[in-house]
Amino acid sequence: MIAIYAVLDGFDMGVGIVYLFAARTDAERRRLLASIGPVWDGNEVWLLAGGGTLFFAFPAAYASGFSGFYLPLMMVLWLLILRGTAVEFRNHLVSPVWTPFWDVVFAGSSTLLALFFGAALGNVVRGVPIDSAGRFFLPLWTNFALGPNPGILDWFTIMLGVSSVAAMTMHGALWATTKSGGELQARVRKIANGAWTGVVLLSVVLALVVPMTLPHFASRYAAHPWGLVFPVFAMGSLVGAGTLSRASQDGRAFLCSCGYIVGMLVAAAFGHYPYLLPAIGSQDGGLTILNASTSSVALTTALFWFVPGMMLATAYFVFAYRNLLSGAGEPAERRA
Amino acid sequence: MDALTIHRIHFAFTVTFHYLFPQLTMGLSLLIVVLKTLGLRTGDSHYNDAARFWARIFGINFVIGVVTGIPMEFQFGTNWSAFSRTTGGVIGQPLAMEGVFSFFLESTFLGAFLYGEDYLGPRLHWLSAFLVFLGSWLSGFFIIATNAWMQHPVGYTLDSAGAFSLNSLAALLTNRWLVWQYLHNMTAAVVTGSTAMAALGAFYLLMHQFEDFGRTFVRIGVIAGLIASACMIFPTGDQQGRNVSQYQPVTLAAMEGLFDNQRGAPLVIIGQPDVEARKLDNPIAVPDVLSFLTYRRWKAEVHGLTEFPEDQWPDNIPLLYYAYHIMVGLGTIFVAVYALAALMIYRRRLYETPLVLWALMLLAPFPYIATTAGWMTAELGRQPWLVYGLMRTAAGSSTEVSAGNGLFTLLGFMGMYSVLSVLFLFLVYLEVQRGPGGAGHHEPVAAAAD
Repeated sequence: MIAIYAVLDGFDMGVGIVYLFAARTDAERRRLLASIGPVWDGNEVWLLAGGGTLFFAFPAAYASGFSGFYLPLMMVLWLLILRGTAVEFRNHLVSPVWTPFWDVVFAGSSTLLALFFGAALGNVVRGVPIDSAGRFFLPLWTNFALGPNPGILDWFTIMLGVSSVAAMTMHGALWATTKSGGELQARVRKIANGAWTGVVLLSVVLALVVPMTLPHFASRYAAHPWGLVFPVFAMGSLVGAGTLSRASQDGRAFLCSCGYIVGMLVAAAFGHYPYLLPAIGSQDGGLTILNASTSSVALTTALFWFVPGMMLATAYFVFAYRNLLSGAGEPAERRA
Repeated sequence: MDALTIHRIHFAFTVTFHYLFPQLTMGLSLLIVVLKTLGLRTGDSHYNDAARFWARIFGINFVIGVVTGIPMEFQFGTNWSAFSRTTGGVIGQPLAMEGVFSFFLESTFLGAFLYGEDYLGPRLHWLSAFLVFLGSWLSGFFIIATNAWMQHPVGYTLDSAGAFSLNSLAALLTNRWLVWQYLHNMTAAVVTGSTAMAALGAFYLLMHQFEDFGRTFVRIGVIAGLIASACMIFPTGDQQGRNVSQYQPVTLAAMEGLFDNQRGAPLVIIGQPDVEARKLDNPIAVPDVLSFLTYRRWKAEVHGLTEFPEDQWPDNIPLLYYAYHIMVGLGTIFVAVYALAALMIYRRRLYETPLVLWALMLLAPFPYIATTAGWMTAELGRQPWLVYGLMRTAAGSSTEVSAGNGLFTLLGFMGMYSVLSVLFLFLVYLEVQRGPGGAGHHEPVAAAAD
């Protein structure tokens, strides 16, 4: 679910990141916004649905994680508020003063969100100083080092944040190439290719750093080497995205970019299993999927509505993407 | 201020602000379906133009409702972690169901409704309006299912560690408290939507602007408003009151400002509770009516606050008492104004009677005050419990989040929501100025400044 959110909201966030640089005129900006207009709030629903699922299935992890990461989560909320209002209000008001203002708010909040989500993933895999009652509270930063006294931001989580910005830039730019033409398309393609180089470099660095900083990842992959297919798949997709984009096969390049993001997240989930939130300073402490889940009766009940519910949701999405974003390249003028 | 107080104000402030927006979208979604149905049946483009106009107002509201709603789901974990840890196994389910069953539906078909009118054709466009309505009303259902469980817990088991988990989803979703609270809340949302529509129609008629649309808005708003405000009182308000008297008798006593047991208890219209002296100052009351409303017998005995241990009293009795009386007083005024306006429509004189049009126009803010007061009644009435009778509010907050950190984000939300309010009012004002119908409705508004 988190992976779906990353792929979907990832492209509209990425569009936000490239927005100011790629689209110079109002018409170009309107076209980029139109490419995400009918779907962005649907994409964000996946974040809510993911949060809700965490809440009912693993109440202990939800409670510990959300209160421990209090400050960054609140900032994410503020950024989501800014971003949502910027997209909406730009459409309601044409003014030489306010339109560029909303453009900057939209691009800035999109970039920061990508950074925060990457850093959040970094915090979850790195672990936190959780006590026996499952409580912790992290300040935004301490000494930027890994160790017994971590903050939300240290060199490792910042690195993941930057990687996330790079990956979302590539992802959003590739999406934009499929929905644009002419000069605008040439510009976003250039950005996609530049971001791609960055993503390749950062992925190589991550592949070297992760086994050293995260011992539980190293031992998990050592015990189950077949799991390496996930990172390998991600890398393969990344190579594919770069090659196809340079060959102007934009639709396929975008699909490869989806593959890269899913591959990386599944690789992280595989390495992280069975932890939800490991405790710093011990190999077997922290919250795992077993000690954080609710009763099995409740989970069985949930399965009855969750599976059909998600199938319905997927059906709506297919409908929305088929019908509302048809006619690639032609800006669907907003009615509202 | 201690951390617990900050967490309580944090939630109260963000949820009160949030709910100003969904109540209008839930009410309007039904009225937009009415307009689209009239358009489909009469083939008159007037109704489609009207629907398109309200869809624009709906869109602005919807976005603010979404962006202020996300913090609500997060705050269970961030500010109320002990509560989430203990009850997540129960209330996590209706909250996740809201995401899965209503948000996906609502957001997808709102996109279809706003962007797809030409592409979908009249019937499918009607259907997407209907699905937006269904999605937003389902959303309200799951939220109230959560609240109803906190008010009157059912269908759960308690494990040895003191954590709740769900053992019957069916019991949770058919909770007697849920049924009446939901219907009461949704009719209130229809009152908000109808009043917005009637008030704007009255404004256009008084301004001699868009008068065609003004008459349509007033007519639909008044008819829907009369039906909904009457249903607010009976049966939904009456039945919800009986729920309170049966399951939270101490809350009922506090709402009514009744300190001592009384046979033939009076219904207090006005008066100021003096909790220290255990009495009500300057009461104006109608004898025996409270007994009748509660037990259907004029001389029945109603329990007063002193009947219950003081540690089970709601912790802010005067505020609860005033909230409840404001809600009931405004509800009565709504029925009176709408009944008068409906009578004038019947006599074909309303559109030429400025005095009644003024009354309708000035009514606009009051449903918001009434719904806020209604929710304050529900939530203050639940105190001192978080889960009624089982878990105290003081035991539920995030102890790991200090008062200072909590105040930091509370001030942040206050600042951000002030900006949102100004923007919202400004954009709605622009849409009202621009009005329904006419050319250029596909284009964004040009600001007066340029």
